Amino acid sequence: MLTGQNSLAPLLINGIAIECVEKGAGRPLLFLHPEIGLDPDSPVLDRLAERARVIAPSHPGFGGSEQPRSFNNIDDLAYFYLDLLDERNLTDVTLVGVSIGAWIAAEMAVKSTARLSHLVLANAVGIKPGDRETRDIADIFAITEPELNGLAYSDPKSAARDYKAMAEAELRLIARNREATARYAWSPYMHNPKLKTRLHRIRIPTLLLWGADDRMVPESYGQAYCLAIPGARFETIAHAGHFPHLEKPEEFARKVFTFVEGQSK
Amino acid sequence: MRVYHFSEHPYPPAWADPKAYLRVNLPNRAIDPKIAADLFHRYYDEYLLADELGLDLMLNEHHQTATCMNATAVVGLSVLARTTKRARILVLGYPIGHRPDPLRCAEELSTIDVISRGRLDMGFVKGVPYEFAASNANPVGVMDRFWEAHDFIIKAMTSHDGPFNWEGEFFHYRQVNVWPRPWQQPHPPVWSTTASKTNARVLGERGAVIAVLGSGYNTRALYDAYRAGYASTHNGAVPGPDRFAYLALFATAHNEQEARRRGELVADYLRTGSRVYPPFKNPPGYLSVDDNVRLMRGQTPERSFTKDGRVIDMRTGSVQDLIDSVLMLCGTPDQIYRQIADFVEYTGGLGNLLIMAQAGHLNHADTVDQLTLMAKEVMPRLKELKQPVAAESAAA
Repeated sequence: MLTGQNSLAPLLINGIAIECVEKGAGRPLLFLHPEIGLDPDSPVLDRLAERARVIAPSHPGFGGSEQPRSFNNIDDLAYFYLDLLDERNLTDVTLVGVSIGAWIAAEMAVKSTARLSHLVLANAVGIKPGDRETRDIADIFAITEPELNGLAYSDPKSAARDYKAMAEAELRLIARNREATARYAWSPYMHNPKLKTRLHRIRIPTLLLWGADDRMVPESYGQAYCLAIPGARFETIAHAGHFPHLEKPEEFARKVFTFVEGQSK
Repeated sequence: MRVYHFSEHPYPPAWADPKAYLRVNLPNRAIDPKIAADLFHRYYDEYLLADELGLDLMLNEHHQTATCMNATAVVGLSVLARTTKRARILVLGYPIGHRPDPLRCAEELSTIDVISRGRLDMGFVKGVPYEFAASNANPVGVMDRFWEAHDFIIKAMTSHDGPFNWEGEFFHYRQVNVWPRPWQQPHPPVWSTTASKTNARVLGERGAVIAVLGSGYNTRALYDAYRAGYASTHNGAVPGPDRFAYLALFATAHNEQEARRRGELVADYLRTGSRVYPPFKNPPGYLSVDDNVRLMRGQTPERSFTKDGRVIDMRTGSVQDLIDSVLMLCGTPDQIYRQIADFVEYTGGLGNLLIMAQAGHLNHADTVDQLTLMAKEVMPRLKELKQPVAAESAAA
């Protein structure tokens, strides 16, 4: 994972040191990874980089990126990435996020779409569509890893990892990602109670993309998300679960570009 | 030396199914309120006896568990504050890193200190890993919350000139003015637990009483870290034995065979420790990244040591293992005395012995007998026990 051809380069935004993959040319595409972190050699980055200038950072606190003392909710990350867009003077950005990354993207878009052209939210979390006694999102901290993989992947076997065979550096990333996820999303669990009523502010073309076999966050959740964003489209990816960018990278990239190119301003 | 009697107020009828997880997710249909009431009354009777016999008293709280029915220590403290006469009343612990409202904590503890006429010891803890599922407090950053809550409670107890303002990282109040103020001045003693040298040093710097459990013959390293921290903020002074506490399981009887039988019953408390659904054992952020890496590689931290350096697993060790590592004091009163004296000498000074004289399935008659033997045959000799001086080790 760590020794492939895509390299994580250091990036300083607003005084915070993070790691970032930058690849490809063309219109900028900011890719925001889910709670399991960013694999720099993930094939989806190469597929996306075939038709865009991909900027894929590791969120503050995740992977090898610095954890600022004051960062403890998703808003902090949303403002951080709005700063990134400003500091790099990026415009006409396609913003793509998966799960928690999609939550960050939605929080950015309700604040400002000035530098964004399109928004793609894949298997997004961040809202609370159900009533107070409905567990909309599986409690990932209350189940074992095999149970979680069974919910999150179309093919759970593909997610099995042998920790004892992994390098210490890689294990550190996994441990940091788990801790950072809890830091940002422990309570309210995986959502911001205010977000749903703010989604109407998103006035750019938006695609809700859903791995159809996601049992961690069901498709009905994605449809509720879609309904709250004016004009948003909803599409599924078959044979993919909560992380469609990993299980179906080609189709993921294809759907992103079909949407972006079909809906250009 | 002070000796505190401790029970977790267990509900052993629910322990019968060996496959059942005892904490967090065991459905509460498994507890019969009528049996629970009888057990509570019995455990409080044992506290009253311990009070009469000259022991001090300790209680704690855990949540959603058949191992400890005290879901809120304040209820137990309240009962003891009014019904006991002379004993110190120690809560160890009060999980302030989980509580959303430290003002309420300050009010509760001040009131209990007043009702008990100044007998409260305040043991603050971060809570065992599985408490986070129950409280929904974020395990990430719990020690930051812990210290802010601690600082707030102390400030609330020691401010006597009208409302003050507190707008911290975690807690917000604008008109803090706690009534009643505590009996003890400037505030009831603060205790805390730790198993790490880093935290032991912090407790030393702050001068709180350090309580450890499960460390056996690794305790000296923790106490020495405490001593170094204490010296750094107290002009090089050596902390007295009253700053140190150690918790051990406890089983005594007139003859060794009976003491061992009771030891087996008491050891059940430790053996239930592993009966937790795995995801609740290691919430994110509770352990450091380094510790998590070691866990992922299958390395579990060694914690309990015998005098000759053997590592004991407290959840599977025999009674003899537990005795060898001082996780349990067990034997005739003579043997108990020698075990304590030996351990006190090793620690470099130990002023507070916390004994779990009721645990697991140990019944009322056995518990009464144990407490009586301890009070009548061991404690008079402990009064004569000379504490060692740990001055040479203070720089360690």
